Amino acid sequence: MAAFGTAAGRPLGRGGSPGFRFTLYAALAVVAMYLDQRQHYLEQLRYVLQGTAYPIQLAVNSPPAAWAWIRRSFESRERLQAENARLRAGQRDLELRSMRYEALAHENGELRGLRAALPPVADRWLAAEIVNIQLSSLRQRLLIDRGAVNGVFKAQAVLDDRGLIGQTTHVGPWSAEVILITDPEHAVPVRIERTGLRTIAVGAGDASSLALPYLPANADIKSGDLLVTSGLGGVFPQGYPVARVTEVHRDAVQPLAQVRAAPLAHIDTDSEVMLVWFRADHPAAPTPTSDSLGELRSGTPSMQPQAVPPRPQVAAPGPPAAAPQPATPRPQSAVPREPKAAAPQPTAPQPAAPEPTTPEPATPQPATPQPATPEPATPQPTTPQPDASQSKEGQ
Amino acid sequence: MNPPGRGRILFTALVALLLTVLPLPPWLDVLRPEFLVLAVLYWSVNAPRTGDIALGFFAGLALDVFQGPVLGQHALALALVTYIGVREHQRIRSKPAFQQALFVFGALAVYEFVLFAIDGWSGHPVTSPLRWVHAVTGALLWPPVAAILGHGSRGRA
Repeated sequence: MAAFGTAAGRPLGRGGSPGFRFTLYAALAVVAMYLDQRQHYLEQLRYVLQGTAYPIQLAVNSPPAAWAWIRRSFESRERLQAENARLRAGQRDLELRSMRYEALAHENGELRGLRAALPPVADRWLAAEIVNIQLSSLRQRLLIDRGAVNGVFKAQAVLDDRGLIGQTTHVGPWSAEVILITDPEHAVPVRIERTGLRTIAVGAGDASSLALPYLPANADIKSGDLLVTSGLGGVFPQGYPVARVTEVHRDAVQPLAQVRAAPLAHIDTDSEVMLVWFRADHPAAPTPTSDSLGELRSGTPSMQPQAVPPRPQVAAPGPPAAAPQPATPRPQSAVPREPKAAAPQPTAPQPAAPEPTTPEPATPQPATPQPATPEPATPQPTTPQPDASQSKEGQ
Repeated sequence: MNPPGRGRILFTALVALLLTVLPLPPWLDVLRPEFLVLAVLYWSVNAPRTGDIALGFFAGLALDVFQGPVLGQHALALALVTYIGVREHQRIRSKPAFQQALFVFGALAVYEFVLFAIDGWSGHPVTSPLRWVHAVTGALLWPPVAAILGHGSRGRA
């Protein structure tokens, strides 16, 4: 039977009983895990391993890629013509939309007191093809065919033409792993475009939904709201579209609202994504946080600290609007931080722009019609406009 | 039965690795058994000299590169599975397929539990109960997998 093993070339750890060898390897694995998780000593090793694994990943992806290629090359003339017409129409649309961009950018620069319009926050783009997709409920990752040789770095923002997709986690020489915004381990700091309220969108483990678990039950949010990146967290710049709110549940016994949003990016159908380099000195660039980069190793921007502070901080100026007490945290948590984000404050109706305290007496007004949550939309239409223009400008 | 050669074992392990990382639609991905674990477990039971804990460790390391949040997670889990396999190989080999499948289910459950525990320890929030499905489908697929892996060696004997 197999009792006469192949004696030649016995591998490492061959001597001793199975128990001994198991202990040896288990200790090795534990040490590796410790070094990888706690100390980050294994980045170099990971880089090498990712390089070695890339051919296998390419091989694994080759049947689907070949199939897609065959299908594309046998596409009928009519379909190609239809697609061409569609693309032409789309391009005309975009040209029309960006016609006023120059004027708007200039105007925005003037409003900010700058002499010239700001350059776009995105400095450089690089298209990357998706080599491998993992879309299980536990891991939502992509492997793309651009790596360190293309200048890709860790925690780089990845977009498609609709919105945010994720960020790079492990960068190999020719490939990089992207954690999607829908991964349960990923959290992206967002802002509700209509109200300016900031929160965190956490992946829900399927390609079509995000969860917003940190919103109080009385938060001003409704389905259809657009979520854009808030610029906090040090990875994504401000104002890029992320998702649209699809459902809001308010349970009387729950202190937090249960909110779901659908990502705008076509995460499960994309075949190409864009890697983006941003100007670090741009006002809409990701806010550099001293400690966040240390936390990015697992692909999770350390966002919890930022989710919590606004409320306690606001408790002090809150009292003016005493009656709708639970409501006060909401609008104010949105407002006082805005000057830091550099945008909507200057364009707000009150010209006393840099003073965060002056707009605050104004905000309790939206708080009074608070019981009926959809209504705050009416006192607030002033905010969306600056936001919208700002977000367009930011791109 | 001849002891299978090392090349054969490595080849099957590589094929199993490819099957494990092959992109599949999500609904199928839930059902996909851990092919590499099955292959490694098969060799640890049927060729405990060659397919032993070292094989498990390095196969696990390969899995870590492809899908592990922490380097060493799958390596530890697979080393444990192969250890169980090597330890129990004489008892298992004589059993009928059904009982073997039960044993495999147990080993896969241990494997998933180790992954689960390390996920929790390293701060990766994974609460989906779907991962346990892999253990069930793996056990169900054990008889065909064992037949395929054993086919060559029995033919040569």
